[in-house]
Amino acid sequence: MYKYIWLVPLLPLIGAAINGLLGRKFRFSERLIGGIAVGTVALSFLISVAAVYSYGFGGNAQWPNPYLTSQDGFSFNWIPSGAVAINQGAHIASGEAPRFALLNIEWSYQLDPLSSVFMLIVSGVGLCIFVFATGYMHGETGFYRFFAYMGLFMFAMLVLVMGSNFVMMFVGWEGVGLCSYLLIGYYFDRQEAANASRKAFITNRIGDFGFALAIFGVIATFGSAQYVDVFNQAKTFPIELLGHWGILSWIALGLFVGACGKSAQLPLHVWLPDAMAGPTPVSALIHAATMVTAGLYMVTRTNVIFQHSQTMLLVVALVGAATAIFAATIGITQNDIKKVLAYSTVSQLGFMFMACGVGAFAIGIFHVMTHAFFKALMFLGAGSVIHGMHHEQDMRRMGGLKKYMPYTYWTFLAGWLAICGIIPFSGFWSKDEILWKAASTTQIPLGWLVWLVGTIAATCTAFYMTRLVAMTFWGRERFLEAPAGGEADEAHAAAYDKGLTTHDAMRPSAGDRPRHEPGEHVGPVHEDVAAHVATHGHGGHEHGAHMPHESPPSMWVPLAVLALLATIGGFVGIGPAFRSVTGTEHPGGRLHIVTWLDPIIWNPVTREFNATEGAGHEAPATETAHPAPVEAAATVYGNTGFNLAHSVENTTHSEPATEWIFILISLVVAGIGMLLGGLFYVWRPQLAGIWTQRLRPLYVASYNKYWVDEFYGWAITRRTMDAARAVYSFDAKVVDGIVNGVAWLSRLFSRIVGGIDKYFVDGIVNAIAAFIMRLMSPLFRAAQTGFTQNYALVMVLGLMLAVAIFFASDIATAFR
Amino acid sequence: MLSFFNPVLALLQQESERGQVSQMVKAAAHPDLSKFLVIGALLFIIGVAGVLTRRNIIVIFMSIELILNAANLNFIAFSRYLREVGSVNALAGQIFTVFVIVVAAAEAAIGLGIVIALYRNKETIWVDEIDLLKW
Repeated sequence: MYKYIWLVPLLPLIGAAINGLLGRKFRFSERLIGGIAVGTVALSFLISVAAVYSYGFGGNAQWPNPYLTSQDGFSFNWIPSGAVAINQGAHIASGEAPRFALLNIEWSYQLDPLSSVFMLIVSGVGLCIFVFATGYMHGETGFYRFFAYMGLFMFAMLVLVMGSNFVMMFVGWEGVGLCSYLLIGYYFDRQEAANASRKAFITNRIGDFGFALAIFGVIATFGSAQYVDVFNQAKTFPIELLGHWGILSWIALGLFVGACGKSAQLPLHVWLPDAMAGPTPVSALIHAATMVTAGLYMVTRTNVIFQHSQTMLLVVALVGAATAIFAATIGITQNDIKKVLAYSTVSQLGFMFMACGVGAFAIGIFHVMTHAFFKALMFLGAGSVIHGMHHEQDMRRMGGLKKYMPYTYWTFLAGWLAICGIIPFSGFWSKDEILWKAASTTQIPLGWLVWLVGTIAATCTAFYMTRLVAMTFWGRERFLEAPAGGEADEAHAAAYDKGLTTHDAMRPSAGDRPRHEPGEHVGPVHEDVAAHVATHGHGGHEHGAHMPHESPPSMWVPLAVLALLATIGGFVGIGPAFRSVTGTEHPGGRLHIVTWLDPIIWNPVTREFNATEGAGHEAPATETAHPAPVEAAATVYGNTGFNLAHSVENTTHSEPATEWIFILISLVVAGIGMLLGGLFYVWRPQLAGIWTQRLRPLYVASYNKYWVDEFYGWAITRRTMDAARAVYSFDAKVVDGIVNGVAWLSRLFSRIVGGIDKYFVDGIVNAIAAFIMRLMSPLFRAAQTGFTQNYALVMVLGLMLAVAIFFASDIATAFR
Repeated sequence: MLSFFNPVLALLQQESERGQVSQMVKAAAHPDLSKFLVIGALLFIIGVAGVLTRRNIIVIFMSIELILNAANLNFIAFSRYLREVGSVNALAGQIFTVFVIVVAAAEAAIGLGIVIALYRNKETIWVDEIDLLKW
């Protein structure tokens, strides 16, 4: 079955092509557009499931080697590049001449444990979001355009994760960047959305620059872009310890810069919160579940390169930790429901990079998976809330929605518990494992710091998520006190009419609220007018707010599916600490995420892929997987200084006890965060205001997102503008000056030449003409007598003359 | 009639016996080309002079006829001369002459028509009073 994986990216592309090229011309109905989009994605999801099942569990010989479609002839020599010089790498360092390799970049898909995980996430979560979007985008004028972009995105994302070489990954990488740009700017008539899309695009280009350089580095070092070739060569390279900065560190740096751009890590995180200007399903699919995890995919895919560079591992871990705490603290003070989720996403991505940085790549991917479930769930839940509140995104105008939107509320609760890290929801398993790996890492120094920062960030996460849930679903129904949603828009429109405020399109408002013309009817499209009139009465829009309403099934069914996944999705990654309960280190065999991903994770000790399984097939692996590599890794990576987990273990003299202590800590901090959130926003709401006043500087800093945007605006945008102005003035003064000078000279010269022509040449001509006119014309005029006989005389004379000339010699003879 | 010519013939016979007559007869039978050419040239010059000098347009027409006939005479003369010489195409000159006569007749008809038209408009046939060429 996995022979057909080439269909997986193709199907969404076909759907996108049909919708995008024909949807407008033939005025497809929403049902048809949605059917095409959802159908193609569903089909590709089913093929993915079947392919992964037949690959991993079909009992075939392919596992655990990657399956490339070129094995079955599906490959296309896409960039036949010819010979390249391998002028980087170990043999150059030892003074040898560059070697040469034949570089052919093919278009073929690769199915291996990592790409299969991503295929399932992208197509599975994508399917839920597509279904949701058919409800959410109902009534939009650009319905066909939306689904065309979404399908195109699915194609690009699947190419990204399924490509068999770096260049295909780059193609997908740019493709998802393009679709992200298009979808953020979906409401292109709003200034804010247009700006956000440009910001996302430009910020991503900075990262892509690093990525492209890294690809060049890979080709220059390994002479190939195929993952299989590159990694088989890379594993023989020496490990570059802290302070050593070799070619693999450079490549890893370039890759990580790319990952920072795409996955919104410091300092390139600024685009993601602004990207919330896109429609909410886009935020869920692209800016939470799939595209932003592309950086994680890339780092994990190239884990052999990253593991060769201890410096870059440390950088990855520290950047991840910094991003996690940075974004989590910003999330505490935001009032826009989508902004909170956006910063939460940035923070969670930081957690994932933390995991990769400490060498736990499989756990990072595990967190990608659980995060895709619960964050997509929460984004879609937020979308449902926004829909129900008639495009209101400000949490201060919500509250008490539990009563009105039960499905949304209960599914949202699952996401909330998952992200807070409450056992047994999915987020707990991955986040706890990340923190444990950070505390116990021997691959990099400062693991304790990463753990500490991560734990604090986890507390903040629990706090702001509780705040979000409390402000949205619990407490007073604040939308009754101040008009919200469509009514707020109408109030705003009235204010605009009176000249009290700027037009909505010009206002730096948050979220994906479409632009409304003043006086235009806003709020949901009422399909059933009679029912609407019955509940609201005639002139219903004057009696106050629309009441929030539950979303249609097309929206809450995907929520339910994702809630289920967010609840139980973590069981594929139960940590080794639970071996007393489950009986084994990684329960579930290949279903366990660590076991599943093992074949693509490089083991620095054995210097091989597939280390644990290859060592002895499951049974001994569970024995040796944890303690032995940890100890051995310490020797490979040298002394990494203070190790928190080991110190605790030395105190307790028991490894399971140590692990349980860390799990306890992680649960306790989550509980503290949730309790604080409850205290501030449920039981003692006035406390929030009081503490805001007490911690005023911190609050202002967090509320203003630490002024990063302002700083970039000052340090980069303004400087770029200055440079542009300088170049412009150079252009205007020097270049234009030269051109104008040349033109001036030309004019001067032409004046001179013109003068000569006018006075000298024309003078001669005129003189001749005047001579003829003055002197000759009387002569000729006199000849014209008008008498016939004069003309005849002239003719006779002429005849005589002609005869005389013709017979000149004869006449001469005759007269002689 | 014949008796009138008999002495002339006898004289011619007599003279011919002396050689002069035979030359004369010979000259009559085979006339000298140059004489005709001279006559033709004289006719032509008279015609041209008439065209150039006479004021009466009718006389100019007659002068033109003289010029044409000068040409005709030349044709005939050369035709005869060429027959003497033995050219195969000697008759062409005579045929040409017939054409010229026909064309001259047509031209005279048209020309006189023009003269009448002119006279109706200008009431004159003196060419020095008709200077329409200088407009």
